[in-house]
Amino acid sequence: MSEKQLLLGDHAIALGALHAGLSGVYAYPGTPSTEITEYIQLSPLARERKVHSRWCTNEKTAMEAALGMSFAGKRALVCMKHVGMNVCADPFVNSGMTGVNGGVVVVAADDPSMHSSQDEQDSRFYGKFAMIPTFEPSTQQDAYNMVQSAFELSESLKLPVLLRVVTRMAHSRAVVTTNSSIRDCNKLNPSENWRDWVLLPVNARKKNDMLTALQPKLHELSDKSEFNIQNKKGNGKKGIIACGIAYNYVMENVADMQEYDILRISQYPLPTEKIRSMASRCDSILVVEDGQPFVEEQLLGVLPHSIEIKGRLSGALPRTGELNPDNVRVALGLKAHEHAEPSETVVARPPALCQGCGHRSVYDAINNVIRNKYPDTKVFGDIGCYTLGALPPFSALSSCVDMGASITMAKGAADAGLEHAIAIIGDSTFTHSGMTGLLDAINENAAITVIISDNLTTAMTGGQDSAGLNKYEAICLGLGLDRNHLHVVEPLPKNMDEITRVITEELEYRGLSVIIPRRECIQTLSRKMKKQNAK
Amino acid sequence: MKRDIILSGVGGQGILSIATIIGDAAMNKGMFIKQAEVHGMSQRGGDVHSHLRISDEQIASDLIGIGCADLIISMEPMEALRYKPSLKKGGWIVTSKTPFVNIPNYPDVEKIYEELRKIGNVILVDAEEIAKANQMSRSVNMILLGAAADALGLDVKTLSESVARIFGAKGKEIVEMNVRALQLGAEQK
Ligand SMILES: Cc1ncc(C[n+]2csc(CCOP(=O)(O)OP(=O)(O)O)c2C)c(N)n1
Repeated sequence: MSEKQLLLGDHAIALGALHAGLSGVYAYPGTPSTEITEYIQLSPLARERKVHSRWCTNEKTAMEAALGMSFAGKRALVCMKHVGMNVCADPFVNSGMTGVNGGVVVVAADDPSMHSSQDEQDSRFYGKFAMIPTFEPSTQQDAYNMVQSAFELSESLKLPVLLRVVTRMAHSRAVVTTNSSIRDCNKLNPSENWRDWVLLPVNARKKNDMLTALQPKLHELSDKSEFNIQNKKGNGKKGIIACGIAYNYVMENVADMQEYDILRISQYPLPTEKIRSMASRCDSILVVEDGQPFVEEQLLGVLPHSIEIKGRLSGALPRTGELNPDNVRVALGLKAHEHAEPSETVVARPPALCQGCGHRSVYDAINNVIRNKYPDTKVFGDIGCYTLGALPPFSALSSCVDMGASITMAKGAADAGLEHAIAIIGDSTFTHSGMTGLLDAINENAAITVIISDNLTTAMTGGQDSAGLNKYEAICLGLGLDRNHLHVVEPLPKNMDEITRVITEELEYRGLSVIIPRRECIQTLSRKMKKQNAK
Repeated sequence: MKRDIILSGVGGQGILSIATIIGDAAMNKGMFIKQAEVHGMSQRGGDVHSHLRISDEQIASDLIGIGCADLIISMEPMEALRYKPSLKKGGWIVTSKTPFVNIPNYPDVEKIYEELRKIGNVILVDAEEIAKANQMSRSVNMILLGAAADALGLDVKTLSESVARIFGAKGKEIVEMNVRALQLGAEQK
């Protein structure tokens, strides 16, 4: 039965996928994508259908498992934040080469303005790079509908489809009308065509030719797509191309415009004919796109120079940061709304580690060692709640680059001659991408001290299960760590002397050591207590 | 009717529950809704805000333009003042009076009140005091929502129905307490 529901963009994607007959979601948490998988984990329909929804160790394992499910004939969804695309780039790009059997939709959630990320990369480049179709919704209703179309398209073209969203789509709610019927899941139907899946050069060359030959058809599909719509009033000579969510910011302002000629792009590769036709009607085209100047750059290479192309590159819109109704308004040539200046009394309120968090005691101990013993120590950080140790009052970190980089950067610095190098990494980040780097360090017995700050959860993204729970000592020893240089401590203020001593001794040791401060995240602990009390 | 609302506060203060109740009430009146929330990094004791738009007509943007908000509802006075540029001329601010001090350089709170009052249509609610006096410390946000009912153009009855729907699973007592909180808030003018 068709229903109206107030849904978060992420939830609309999840529900759309379930209604499209999803058999498995494969994902690693990451803002703003996390709620897609969480929705499926709690969905009665998913439970009834036994849809796979357990968290994966990282985005690469997620992408590969989805490809396996597709090989077996079923529909799979892969979800991640934009930087996760870097981690799964190898299987993602090569899934364009193998193609799919059951439909595969990959959701990449970009974070323009970096609300909770380390960069602003635009996942549409990955879609183009892998030469596969990409969808980009403007509304939550689009998101719900597009996932379903994406699965259909994926199976008809035998290609994976990328769905790109941004924070303001993923984390914004609106009313969505759902389908009246729900599609069944696919039956088990493994691919019999090994040449599709064995990317030995002899097969891969053929697949590459096929994928390349398919490209004109993908452009044609975009030209005909119901998602790429034209919206025109009057006979203006100023064209506007608005992609995905940026279309909303344009539409927010059109009431104040006499005439307009808008092309909304929500399916890629570019609808080339629609763009050429706009170019023949217009003197200029303003490209409004959230993220990087992906479309604008392509137009500069495609259209005659008599037409002025405006956008982020030309300076009509800010080069970086997310779009909003205000900067789009100015780019459309309208006067900014009247508004007050910010108050000078207001000060910043940066996020901080919770009071009572175990990471706090770890940093207190590290800072004791640096202050009292080895001021030359450098601390290589990683990604998680504990990255906040970079800010006052701790100011303890020298680096934070990508998941897993703490261990490998500490090793590289030690290789270069840095005497006292500490790597600090969370439990979930360690299993995501730290284990392989630790093996490198163990194999060379690098003189670094690795601290796996274990709070038994993936806290930063809201407390998801951590893949290596209860296995950290076994993992380190299994990789070949010397048992005498593995320590577990409890990060509480009362244990400060002990923790400080252990860190000092291991920094003095000219080889590899691992220290595991272990105490449950106080957020997950207090949620557990509340649940217990409610019983 | 159309209302563009900024909700603000500090991570964990419950601004998303306010948004959920308003959203439910608006949906039941058949209105259109868009609500951009904040998740992730900013929740850890940092400032949080949400854009909530309700309207009888279709809404385009998920974000509210600068100088376009009809109303700011804030769980914290400095966080209300932070969004001053968002407010349109003649717009309303409904904020809790109690500062949430988790930073060393929190400004003089009297200065904040003074600046807020200068903006014009401000309701400073002693929501924490009211909550304490009535043994409903977990309902501070509903007291504030009650105080904002007029400016929202939604009556307490409509909001109470939404409270009953949203908090229904938590039991009758919780619903009654939150409805009472709405009423206490609505009396604060
Ligand atoms: C490639 C990639 N995937 C996902 C994320 C999102 N993310 C940031 S921190 C984090 C979890 C960290 O968990 P953990 O290492 O256990 O530290 P905690 O937050 O619990 O202290 C995740 C999933 C990311 N930044 N990069």
